[in-house]
Amino acid sequence: MIRTPLRPLARILKARDKGEDPAAIEAENLRLRHEETRDHDRNRAEGRLLVMGAMFALAFGTIGVRMGALAGTVAEEPRATTVGNPIIGQRSDIVDRNGRILATNLETHSLYAHPRDMVDPAYAARELAKIFPEQKEEDLLADFTGKRKFVWIRKQLSPEQMQSVHDIGSPGLLFGPREMRLYPNGPIAAHVLGGASYGREGVANAEVIGVAGVEREFDAFLRDPANEGEPLQLSIDLTVQAAAEEVLAGGMSIMNAKGATSVLMDVKTGEVISIVSLPDFDPNNRPRVLTTGDQSDSPLFNRAVQGVYELGSTFKIFAVAQALELGLVNPATMIETKGPLRWGKFKIRDFHDYGPELTSTDVIVKSSNIGTARIAMDIGAERQKLFLEKLGFTKPTEIELSEAPSGKPLLPRKWSELSTMTISYGHGLSSSPLHLAAGYASLLNGGTLVQPTLLRQHNPQRGARVVSEETSANARNMLRQVVVRGTASFGEVAGYRVGGKTGTADKPKENGGGYYDDKVIATFASVFPADDPQYVLVVTLDEPSENSGDEPRRTAGWTAVPIAAEMIRRTAPLLGLRPQVDSLEPIGVTLTSN
Amino acid sequence: MRSLLYILAALAVMALGFWSYQENYKTRDVISEVRGLHMQIGRAHERLGMLRAEWAYLNRPDRLSDLAELNFDRLGLLPLMPDAFGRVDQIIYPLPEILPITVPIEVYSAPINIDEEAL
Repeated sequence: MIRTPLRPLARILKARDKGEDPAAIEAENLRLRHEETRDHDRNRAEGRLLVMGAMFALAFGTIGVRMGALAGTVAEEPRATTVGNPIIGQRSDIVDRNGRILATNLETHSLYAHPRDMVDPAYAARELAKIFPEQKEEDLLADFTGKRKFVWIRKQLSPEQMQSVHDIGSPGLLFGPREMRLYPNGPIAAHVLGGASYGREGVANAEVIGVAGVEREFDAFLRDPANEGEPLQLSIDLTVQAAAEEVLAGGMSIMNAKGATSVLMDVKTGEVISIVSLPDFDPNNRPRVLTTGDQSDSPLFNRAVQGVYELGSTFKIFAVAQALELGLVNPATMIETKGPLRWGKFKIRDFHDYGPELTSTDVIVKSSNIGTARIAMDIGAERQKLFLEKLGFTKPTEIELSEAPSGKPLLPRKWSELSTMTISYGHGLSSSPLHLAAGYASLLNGGTLVQPTLLRQHNPQRGARVVSEETSANARNMLRQVVVRGTASFGEVAGYRVGGKTGTADKPKENGGGYYDDKVIATFASVFPADDPQYVLVVTLDEPSENSGDEPRRTAGWTAVPIAAEMIRRTAPLLGLRPQVDSLEPIGVTLTSN
Repeated sequence: MRSLLYILAALAVMALGFWSYQENYKTRDVISEVRGLHMQIGRAHERLGMLRAEWAYLNRPDRLSDLAELNFDRLGLLPLMPDAFGRVDQIIYPLPEILPITVPIEVYSAPINIDEEAL
């Protein structure tokens, strides 16, 4: 850079010659130099500001354009992030305790039509009516030639039907994917599974929702994609359930009963291994709910959970066990059984006359109403109510079925002394067979409360203590005696040491006014093996009548007990229970040494 | 010295640009591959579900008991009953293996004349 001197010699000398002040020249030059620097600095600052401004404009512009683009376009899922499995979006399967499928999904197609795209609606309607006999050709043609733009034809198609529709070749007939709930075992465990149907429906998909049973109770779980297809495992054993249904259906027809139910329950875990209610239905094709008449006549009605019945003498063991627990009696205490027992104008009678007195064990063995009523009088209404409340007889069972809350026991309006006496032998309090099974399990498993559950458990329940171990063992021994020498002699199954109590209760008339003479509810509540309790089985028959003899026999000993025995014979080996037959010689190898 | 730094920086920027370009396309390839795999897995799941449903349907207890009844002559299957449980002492010891026959054995095949008077 060439610096201009402030005092150029040539101009100074010239100025001196002219007599001017050379300092003016210097000042002038200094001013010029200052101006020049100032202009330069200003230019630079302006340039920098411009660049800054451009940068800001660019940054804000970028952000603005990006925001506009995000706001103006359709949202798209980030593809690069793979959190979770995007594939398994189906409703979860339901499996039994061994993992066998009880409910699963099947891909099918639905059929709908766009009538405006049809070339020959008359031909399409004629051909469709041939494929689907339940559709009328005239209706279809009316739909196809009317003003409608969209017509549903079928919700589900089989592959063969789909191929036939393809063969029609009409461009106005379209298919949509559709997920179908399939119950491969048909009516087995129908009441547990319930059924499913479609909720909101679209062309591309439809929502499957549970309408009853566990499908409804666990609807949220089954639909939750976070499970990643993990199945819902129930405590039901498919094989045992099938065997129980077969035996019960056979027994029901032999005994001419109009309905039957059975509950098989693990006494320690509370798992319900099999729960049957007959008549049943096919959940793949769920029948409609009855709109008139008694709901309990519908096959949809779950007798084991929703049906509340007076279960008769099966309740006697609760009264006697409570008296044992309170120390009022011991198994050998003599109880007065002279009949009839009068209470006001009410008389309590026994089926036979059992003489003036019986031991408390024999009150159970011979099923004496009078003896039990006397024991209940000693216990008193308050204590009896508390005891039955503890065993769960005052509220619906907590089993995981959507129908469970409707199985509410019927209790006497006023728990009078007379109610106490009748409830002790199972009249005046109605409960479901599942209540009875849970009550027996709690009483006989060693005396701790168990809640029935339909979900697979891996550990025994640790419930509150109901009765002592000793009372529980005494009660089991009494029930064993009933089978060995009492009313349930048909209940003996070699090797399984069955203990149980029969109960035959007259059915109350629907519109009040006493009981029927010829309609009973016959129940057998049992535990096996009695010395090491594992399972509780309750079999209940609705209006049975065994007609092989001269006159019809309706007592549980003739009807429910043989069925229960056959059921134990069939199911106990399936449950892995080995019969223990007393052998005379010791089994195995004798160790010797010399 | 300074210009060398400039050149190196420019080269580094170019190299990085080249690298990120390649990475970008590799990622896109992988994403599309993953999408394809997801589709394959989805189809496999569908097929698996169908096979499971079919297996469950073919093994439903009603059908199995019908089949056991149909083939009773051949298989002789009965429902499991308590007497199916055996005991340890019911199992026989393994039989000794039969030694191979090495010497010829004469087989007597002529009719035996029974002396009737002797009886």
